Amino acid sequence: MGHHSNWPEWVYIGVVVALMVWVGAEAWNAERLVEHIPADAEVIKVTGQQWFWSFEHEDGTKEIGELHVKVGKAYKFEITSKDVNHSFNIHDYVVLLDAIPGRVNTVWFAPMEVGEHDIQCREYCGLIHYNMRGKLIVEEAEPSS
Amino acid sequence: MVLELQKPRPIWQIMFSTHHTDIGLLYLITSLTFLFLGGALALAIRAELFLPGSQIIADSMTFNRMFTVHGTTLIFLFLLPFASAVGNYLVPIMVRYKDMAYPKLNAIAFWMIPPAATLIWLGFADFTWYANPPYSIISAPGPAADMWIFGLKILGISSVLGAINFIVTILKCKHPDMSIGQVPLLAWSFLTSSLIVLVAIPTFAAALLMLLTDRLGVSGFFNPAMGGDPIAYAHLFWFTFHPEVYVLVIPAIGMMYEIIPRFSRKPIFSHSSGIFAFVLLSMVSFSSWAHHMYATGMSFTEKTVFMIGTLAAVPASAMHVFNFIATMWNGRIKFATPMMWAVGGIALFFSAGAGGVVNAAMPLDFQTHDSYWVVGHFHLFVMGTIAFGSIGFLYYIFPYVTGRMYNEKMGQIHFILSFIGTVLVFFTQHVLGLYGMPRRVYDYPPIPEWITMNQIASVGAMIIGVSMVIFLINMIYSSGKGKIADTDDPFSLGGKYYFPYEAKNPHH
Repeated sequence: MGHHSNWPEWVYIGVVVALMVWVGAEAWNAERLVEHIPADAEVIKVTGQQWFWSFEHEDGTKEIGELHVKVGKAYKFEITSKDVNHSFNIHDYVVLLDAIPGRVNTVWFAPMEVGEHDIQCREYCGLIHYNMRGKLIVEEAEPSS
Repeated sequence: MVLELQKPRPIWQIMFSTHHTDIGLLYLITSLTFLFLGGALALAIRAELFLPGSQIIADSMTFNRMFTVHGTTLIFLFLLPFASAVGNYLVPIMVRYKDMAYPKLNAIAFWMIPPAATLIWLGFADFTWYANPPYSIISAPGPAADMWIFGLKILGISSVLGAINFIVTILKCKHPDMSIGQVPLLAWSFLTSSLIVLVAIPTFAAALLMLLTDRLGVSGFFNPAMGGDPIAYAHLFWFTFHPEVYVLVIPAIGMMYEIIPRFSRKPIFSHSSGIFAFVLLSMVSFSSWAHHMYATGMSFTEKTVFMIGTLAAVPASAMHVFNFIATMWNGRIKFATPMMWAVGGIALFFSAGAGGVVNAAMPLDFQTHDSYWVVGHFHLFVMGTIAFGSIGFLYYIFPYVTGRMYNEKMGQIHFILSFIGTVLVFFTQHVLGLYGMPRRVYDYPPIPEWITMNQIASVGAMIIGVSMVIFLINMIYSSGKGKIADTDDPFSLGGKYYFPYEAKNPHH
């Protein structure tokens, strides 16, 4: 075998390992923070089915295809499916979690700006997967009297 | 070296042969046929996605079937058989044995591929190559779904039989004067990938059987209506298919280990590092599967464990990249076609891996999961690394197998167009994914950035398509009419670095 020195390879591997440890630690910390659901988050039940999204607010209000929320409030989505796997996605807020029948998955967010955003399905679910879309409408909070 | 095409032989003699060089040739023809069929589907998909609305595909079900068969074909009917072609042809020669350990079993393993391919193509299932339930159980139209399941089942058995042959040939049939540490790295790549196959494939075989019985309604493994859990399938599938992607990439890296030292006119920087990296990579490949499942609702702890398992594989891959670069360092490099493909492949391998580190980081995956970022990422591996390494290797052994040289200018044009096209399609798709475009969609809303990036990607795909036509013409024409090659040193590299292996086909 070659009689060259091996130290460059060890240094290189050391750098790669250090980089991976750093990525892992940062990711661990960020995910830990992101997954901490505020205690006052309002629950919204999300149901995916072929091929639309429906929502139920805490006060019993139901919406289909469109979801109205208030700016500055924290919301907790409890997501499930009625038939096949879907994936509930509000890309602008990095909300992404699978809708799986027989199971409830939970993710939260808190919109800080008024506006409209796309809701899409991010798990292949058949014929109209490509158009299983919706609208998130973030509105001004009602002024408290 | 065996010269296949100088003396014509009856086709039935090759088809009924059990000699490893003939079976290698059969695998090669099969794999290249499906490269073009699967590639044609890709071009149709990219043409459709050039603009929102329907372009050339009338409905979404047809589109869904096309991307399912595209992925299934290129993985199982191109990449894996191509690796088997190279392995069958060269492994016995590399360990200085007369054939594979079990020649008849070898032939059987190959001949399982045509019926499996027929089932997959006649069925044209729509449930993606992942085939995940509950969709694949309760919603996917049969008989396409069942034909796909049977086709994959047969291919899995074929893979396992091939793996057994490679392992026994390398470990038990190698020449008595050759220690295991002296076995060439390309043969080591087949040894390690075959060991992965033996451990990983049975899990998917079980999952396929369970999927079938669920579809028949006699079981409820994955169907919540029958008390089952769809996530169980995800675990079984990814437990096989994460290691399986290493089964795909490891032989291609092995092929680069043949090309790079020879065209650098220098020995490999560290043969033992290469062995260690292959062995480590194959073991660590089993520790990361559920990074494909971060969005299924796994707990924080579960996700963390798989993130660590994923990141742990990076140093092993990095060792190969270091080995290649260190080999080229201070070498007297000849950038003939095979070397261009190998070096281009390493650059794209690095990019693919870098994107993979992003996916491994839990919070970042929630931006990229099931978007076009993932499509760009894995295609940088399967096209940019594995196909590039494979095509480069094909150019490399072409003169040894056919006795003639391919056209070097056309080979270089093929590389340049493919490299530009690959970057245009797959780098762009990373950005497209960050803009939120989901995968597996027949159509998309007319968001201006999405349209632009889809158009860039489609143009890149067409460039790749053109390059592959040039490739086909070069291969076919040169096999029959190319300049006669000096099979001791067809690339004029100089004395010590010619292809050192010999073979003897009994039919010649």
